[in-house]
Amino acid sequence: MPGNDQRLEIAMGRMLQVGVTVAALVVFAGGVLYLSPSGRPIPDYSHFHGAPAAYEHVTAIFAGALRIDSKSIIEFGILLLIATPICRVLFGVVGFTFMKDRLYAAVSAIVLVVLLLSFFTRR
Amino acid sequence: MNILSFSLEICLTSILAGFLGALTGLGGGVVIVPVLCLLFKIDLHYAIGASLVSVIATSSGAAAAYVRDGYSSIRIGMFLEVATTLGALLGAYLVAKISADWIGTVFGIVLLYSAWASLHNTGVDPKRTRQDALATRLNLRGSFPVQGGKEDYTAEHVPAGFGIMFIAGTLSGLLGIGSGAVKVLAMDQVMKLPFKVSTTTSNFMIGVTAAASAGVYLSRGYIFPELAMPVMLGVLAGSLAGSRVLVHAPVMTLRWVFTIVIVALGGEMIFNGLTGRL
Repeated sequence: MPGNDQRLEIAMGRMLQVGVTVAALVVFAGGVLYLSPSGRPIPDYSHFHGAPAAYEHVTAIFAGALRIDSKSIIEFGILLLIATPICRVLFGVVGFTFMKDRLYAAVSAIVLVVLLLSFFTRR
Repeated sequence: MNILSFSLEICLTSILAGFLGALTGLGGGVVIVPVLCLLFKIDLHYAIGASLVSVIATSSGAAAAYVRDGYSSIRIGMFLEVATTLGALLGAYLVAKISADWIGTVFGIVLLYSAWASLHNTGVDPKRTRQDALATRLNLRGSFPVQGGKEDYTAEHVPAGFGIMFIAGTLSGLLGIGSGAVKVLAMDQVMKLPFKVSTTTSNFMIGVTAAASAGVYLSRGYIFPELAMPVMLGVLAGSLAGSRVLVHAPVMTLRWVFTIVIVALGGEMIFNGLTGRL
């Protein structure tokens, strides 16, 4: 069913476009908030010491963004960005299921599981 | 220097890197990481974290144009994403196990390979040799628009292609790049897919592959928000501009100029890695 394939592909493409636009706007807004007060020091990037814990966990990022903390808003935008390709794979699971393509519904589901594993593995 | 001019400087550099990445077809990631490390003296871990974010943005941002052309194949892409995402998890895991010097050395080698591969991209479709039973069973086929109709294709050498895709995924997770050059190698040279199908399908796969390492990067603190912000916005803007210009620019001349820049960056990454300066 090439017609359906193409429709699925167009839906995926549009979703990616919307996702990246929204994410970029959120990151930009956070960036403006971050850069507007003067006298902020430049962080030391010359040695690796990890990002503060507030930007390492999804729940902490949500909480920070609700407090209108600029860096948490940037990180929230980055989370939206990371979620976009994951949504594309989710579209695949749903779309292939609708097209009764069991093999590719399963393949998409495997990719989705691997993606989610990345968020649930602890260091 | 204050934080505003520092961020603007990073952003402008990222625009340039994204522009260069789009024109050479290498992607913004392989350019921005060495620039952040070598010019701005930023630790490799922060550099690859910011780069990975920009890679996801570029891949998703280019999607609209590619979908319209109708060359990419969702089935082949999805099937190979099993390999690239698993590889990406391994690569992201390895970042904490390998020293920055070694990662930088591998980075330089991949950079040199990518530059070499991009110059040898002939844009000619590979000769198909045989029917592949496994590819048929997995439905790894499709068709793309040609003048006056459609042309069908089927993948070949599926296990070898899958294996190289796993390596591409590992490099993506280890280096924070899209590793488009290795992905195209697997599809174009090994699986004998038409050139346009390889490049567009690779673009879609890059975002999903990078998303697989993003979770690990996030929990390990490689993604520093105030650094990722100017890098992501800059690379995205630069690569969108680059892909527009690509249609009009005298491509071969530009490619040669940029290839020299990239070879220099790759050489310096290897040198700094081997001498323990990263």
